[in-house]
Amino acid sequence: MRLSYPSNVKIILVPCTGKVDVVHMLKAIQKGADGVYCVGCLEGACHYNEGNLRCRERVNHVRSLLQEIGLESERVRMYNLSSGEAPTFVAYAKEMTENILKLGPNPLKKKAEVKK
Amino acid sequence: MIVAKRKPFDEIMDLIKDHKKVLVVGCGTCVAVCLAGGEKEVAVLATELDMARKLKNNPLELESATLERQCDREYLAQLDNRVGEFDALISLACGVGIQFLAERFPNKPVYPGVDTCGLAVNQDVGWYEERCRSCGRCVLGMTGGICPVTMCAKGLYNGPCGGTNKGNCEISADQPCAWNAIYDRLKAQGRLDCILELTLPQEWKDTTPRTLIQPGYKKPEKAKA
Repeated sequence: MRLSYPSNVKIILVPCTGKVDVVHMLKAIQKGADGVYCVGCLEGACHYNEGNLRCRERVNHVRSLLQEIGLESERVRMYNLSSGEAPTFVAYAKEMTENILKLGPNPLKKKAEVKK
Repeated sequence: MIVAKRKPFDEIMDLIKDHKKVLVVGCGTCVAVCLAGGEKEVAVLATELDMARKLKNNPLELESATLERQCDREYLAQLDNRVGEFDALISLACGVGIQFLAERFPNKPVYPGVDTCGLAVNQDVGWYEERCRSCGRCVLGMTGGICPVTMCAKGLYNGPCGGTNKGNCEISADQPCAWNAIYDRLKAQGRLDCILELTLPQEWKDTTPRTLIQPGYKKPEKAKA
């Protein structure tokens, strides 16, 4: 199954979404990423029991931090799917891309460009 | 362990609004364990401040350092050659560490990045419950190991008030009545006679700033710089 997904999505592999920390997501936004989304296993199906649940908590925390800073919380999201759901992966990638297109580019990136 | 929680972001932003170069100082001991002021939390706060100030077109120059402990001179000394270039410091240590940092660098504004919440046990990752108010006169021997100063909403020393309600406190159905718990435990241990012992009122004079010198150690002749 060779499905294509939006080319602007850059994938960073982690052993489990439980490895993704608040600071990783924040740094990505700080460095100019327009959005960050974590794709974990289905809830209840984590190989490490609760890695994806921990990630969900952290994603929610980052969303509240972004609001405090003055950025849209929608730039950070959590999705869940099983490893056999390639079409769902593509659907989520498209959904996230459309979501980001609606929000526009990361204002921090714009400021960095002006500085140059 | 001493526990603390991060101050609201807006409050920290307000504290440093007039500064252009700030050092965020974490502490690698209690506040690191309770996930409030260690190296990671320093990185999160610094990242947040950097982004927020950039969005306001008022960029802030930020650096961070996490000391092993902020309540020991030997670790604070690591910053001696570094703080000069900064307008202000934000400390994520407990209230003790923040004060010791401010004492070490009296010419620099030192701002708290956390609210220190007390002495607590670790119930689960990120979940802490207060157990001690460090009152200076422990009665746990007579109360079955349950502190009436901390666990009773009124801090009563000699039995429950009229608000005890089927094992709970009148302040909340989620808050157990400390004296009910003390009764249950002493009864299970066959030590109910302990509850009849009258505890004298707390010596509130003990709650002034205290100095503790352990037996076998003397007060330093003069304070070290």
